[in-house]
Amino acid sequence: MDATTAVFLTIVTAATPLLLAALGELVTERSGVLNLGVEGMMVMGAVAGFGAGFLSGNPYIGIFAAILAGMAMALLFGLLTLTLVTNQVATGLSLTLLGLGLSGLLGESFVGEPGVRLPKWLGIDILIPVSFILVAAVSYVLFRTKIGLVIRAVGDSHASAHALGYRVTLVRYACVLFGGACSGLAGGYLSLAYTPQWVENMTAGRGWIALALVVFSSWLPWRLVVGAYLFGAISILAYTVQTFALGIPSQLLLSLPYIATILALVLISASRRLTRSNAPACLGQPFVPDR
Amino acid sequence: MKKLMMSAAVLAVALGMSAASASAQEKLKACWLYVGAIGDFGWTYQHNQGRLAVEKELGDKVQTVFVENVPEADSERAIERLARDGCAIVFTTSFGFMEPTLKVAKKFPDVKFEHATGFKTAPNVTTYNAKFHEGRYVIGQIAAKMSKSGVAGYIVSVPIPEVISGINAFMLGAQTVNPDFKVKIVWINSWYDPGKEADAAKVLFSQGADIIVQHTDSTAPLQVAEEQGKHGFGQASDMIKFAPKAQYTAIVDDWAPYYVRRVKDVLGGTWKSQSSWDGMAEGTVHMAPFTNLPDDVVKAATEAMDAIKSGKLHPFTGPITKQDGSTIGEAGKPLGDGDILGMNWFVKGVDDKLPQ
Amino acid sequence: MPLVLEKRAERSTRMALLSPVIAIALTLITGAVLFAIRGIEPLHGLYVYFVEPLTQMWSVEQLIVKATPLVLIGVGLAVCYTANVWNIGAEGQFTMGAILGGMIPVLFPAWQSPLTLITMLLFGILGGMAWAAIPALLKTRFNANEILTSLMLVYVAQLLLDWLVRGPWRDPQGFNFPKTITFDGWQLLPMLSGSIHLGVLFALAAALVLAFVMARMLKGFEIRVSGNAPRAGRFAGFSRPRTIMFCFLLSGGLAGLAGITEVASVVAQLQPQISPGYGFTAIIVAFLGRLNPIGAIFAGLMLALSYLGGEAAQVTLGLSDRIAKVFQGILLFYILACDTLILYRFRWLKTQVSAAVQPAE
Repeated sequence: MDATTAVFLTIVTAATPLLLAALGELVTERSGVLNLGVEGMMVMGAVAGFGAGFLSGNPYIGIFAAILAGMAMALLFGLLTLTLVTNQVATGLSLTLLGLGLSGLLGESFVGEPGVRLPKWLGIDILIPVSFILVAAVSYVLFRTKIGLVIRAVGDSHASAHALGYRVTLVRYACVLFGGACSGLAGGYLSLAYTPQWVENMTAGRGWIALALVVFSSWLPWRLVVGAYLFGAISILAYTVQTFALGIPSQLLLSLPYIATILALVLISASRRLTRSNAPACLGQPFVPDR
Repeated sequence: MKKLMMSAAVLAVALGMSAASASAQEKLKACWLYVGAIGDFGWTYQHNQGRLAVEKELGDKVQTVFVENVPEADSERAIERLARDGCAIVFTTSFGFMEPTLKVAKKFPDVKFEHATGFKTAPNVTTYNAKFHEGRYVIGQIAAKMSKSGVAGYIVSVPIPEVISGINAFMLGAQTVNPDFKVKIVWINSWYDPGKEADAAKVLFSQGADIIVQHTDSTAPLQVAEEQGKHGFGQASDMIKFAPKAQYTAIVDDWAPYYVRRVKDVLGGTWKSQSSWDGMAEGTVHMAPFTNLPDDVVKAATEAMDAIKSGKLHPFTGPITKQDGSTIGEAGKPLGDGDILGMNWFVKGVDDKLPQ
Repeated sequence: MPLVLEKRAERSTRMALLSPVIAIALTLITGAVLFAIRGIEPLHGLYVYFVEPLTQMWSVEQLIVKATPLVLIGVGLAVCYTANVWNIGAEGQFTMGAILGGMIPVLFPAWQSPLTLITMLLFGILGGMAWAAIPALLKTRFNANEILTSLMLVYVAQLLLDWLVRGPWRDPQGFNFPKTITFDGWQLLPMLSGSIHLGVLFALAAALVLAFVMARMLKGFEIRVSGNAPRAGRFAGFSRPRTIMFCFLLSGGLAGLAGITEVASVVAQLQPQISPGYGFTAIIVAFLGRLNPIGAIFAGLMLALSYLGGEAAQVTLGLSDRIAKVFQGILLFYILACDTLILYRFRWLKTQVSAAVQPAE
């Protein structure tokens, strides 16, 4: 493997968990729900994935458990924000708190154990092609099917969608659960493929980056790929530049991914052609049907 | 008076075995303050192992208490709480706890405080640290012997003297084998982020390194080495389970002997403020079993360790040429402790630059 | 679903008072169960967690000190969020406030006069405002989403602080460890009593002033309209870009003030880590306080208590930090869920058929 391929693969592995988690959140937000608990769902996915894989010896069972754990957390979020119409921002932040604590509790006995690793296919992690298939699928469903139309309608105007006879809460539940599944999958990718181990707080803030990438993408799935890979590429570039020992402060290099993301967003937002207004109009607003 | 106290202490220790039940109601409270999670399998994990060793060794004579995940900026209150809660001795295990520890110690002159890796002491504040650079010197020699490309990758967290002296000791060790040995350094600005550590390891391997050294806490770099058929060294604890084919050895922090000794000192009334800096000789720094290495390399490494333990070999023996060409230290004499504890320069051969 | 939620005609005052009580009751029950599972006598556990921190003067002081930055930042964010302006980068503005304010004692260590402190505080506010102005400008000029830009700037500010304290601002006598000189004299806030410093008054004043502005002044009205009904706001001649800039400068300035307040009291120097995430926790404070500045005071104290209780549980009960976090999460869920009862009520819905034949209420 030559150096360029190796660096490229490193970028891809670094970007994939961001892409997966962001994709789920994108669908959730398209339906009008803002779930800031991505970090919490992701870390629960990581511990469940590791635990199930470790105990059963089968990494695929691990991945399945990771998805389920993410969905369980999302269900809790749904019960609170959709059924009990709690504030979405505060609930999401609390969900992250809960996830970080609960995962540490559940993972106590897994610390220091090498788990199982998801096998590679043709030299790459299977979840990398899966992430692309998911992006394509989400893009297709959102913009080419009736289901996608309903999701977007619910996110843009829940009152009209309700008047048209769509079950707003049910659609949102489905989208929140899909978001949880993707976050869980991203967590499972961390603990079963990216760095096969369990340590507390191993998501290390990736959930927040994923949230930011959704905004960056202006809610368009393919633009997420651009965002995640741009972020991954510049992070890896920061390490590569360091190995040449040019004397540039490492803090400056490490801040480049954040600065670059801001600049890219500004460029996109400033161009009229690139910004149709994609932000779901009802994002973060509670919905209770009149009866 | 002093004599009387000493003999009383000796008596107390002697009676300690038989009178365990008598002292059970008067348990000594020993407390720990951790900067990270006890499940980090790195720095905090090892300190917690030390605490468990104290429990095991001293049984019902002590009660141990810990507070984990304490942010450095918010630690004064947590330390004061421990002092107020009747802790007889408090171990604060991160550099950033230094000023808060001293502040609280002033308020509670009867409580003993022990601050890890700092440099300020008081009548009731001791500092303790470990000579990790002794281990780094040995792995430098191993790396230079085993590397085919003559380049090692070095993943580091943050530029503090302990980390810098580690890099220098590694280089000095390597240069005894191969004077042209190269090291490529990546700072990730975090002690603990498996993903970043794995990324840095992959970048370093792609840049021609075939051995990875880390001064960060997770097992991720070794796992990358294992996957790519390269090699490396564990950090803080023995990581052989994670990289059975890749790990040569690991520098293990073993705080247990120190903690047991100091808590016993409190029990016996012989605790004194000091600056303790243990290394291989005392067992605080030791090497995990050598694996994946040919016999001659193991033999040389063992000899180097023995020489360090006996005091015959000191990793920082003058004169040492710095990066800028100037030299430090007298010929044949080791550098002073202060020079090592506050190190902020690289030895010749390291390409990286430090923030000044 | 037989049990449904129904919007009340108006806010229930009874529930507004009752909902915190219900939340506390639920929390106590859950806590008791949790403690019992871990083999701790439930009443004792609850006492240690919620009451003990309030029984000693020392820990009451600590509670207030801990709540201070949370309230200072939280009130600013409450105004922001009321206007539908999403500043989630208060942590970065806090850091910049600490950097700019802390610059004074680092660069002029010998300058000791009341002016020193005043300059530090002003610079702190300016630092927070300047950092907050970036996302505001990017939003008003380029329409760049402020959630992303303000969040990303948090990491940049933290790395800048990291570089400063490891490089140019390092204490020359500090054995090359990453910290600046320690502040003293007029480089620190005066103490009011015990460990309570002047910053507490800043937080109280900020909350009271903002409560007045929001309730009684045109600016408050403008902010609320701009958040609730932006179109109506435009017709009324309120400028949306101006509101965005105002909210960011206000919340950034307060976060900056919180930053310099912390380093000029509790931390007493600059170091790589100066905040245990106050800027993020303050987001919860703002929402728990129902976006009301006075509410933020109570929410700040509540969160501070849950942190102190978590520590007490670790020390006294030997409960791990993880359980404290889980408990904190559940506690917040209860509070949020019970708030629902203020605006909504539960009603048993009869089966569809019988519901249809029932006469309209």
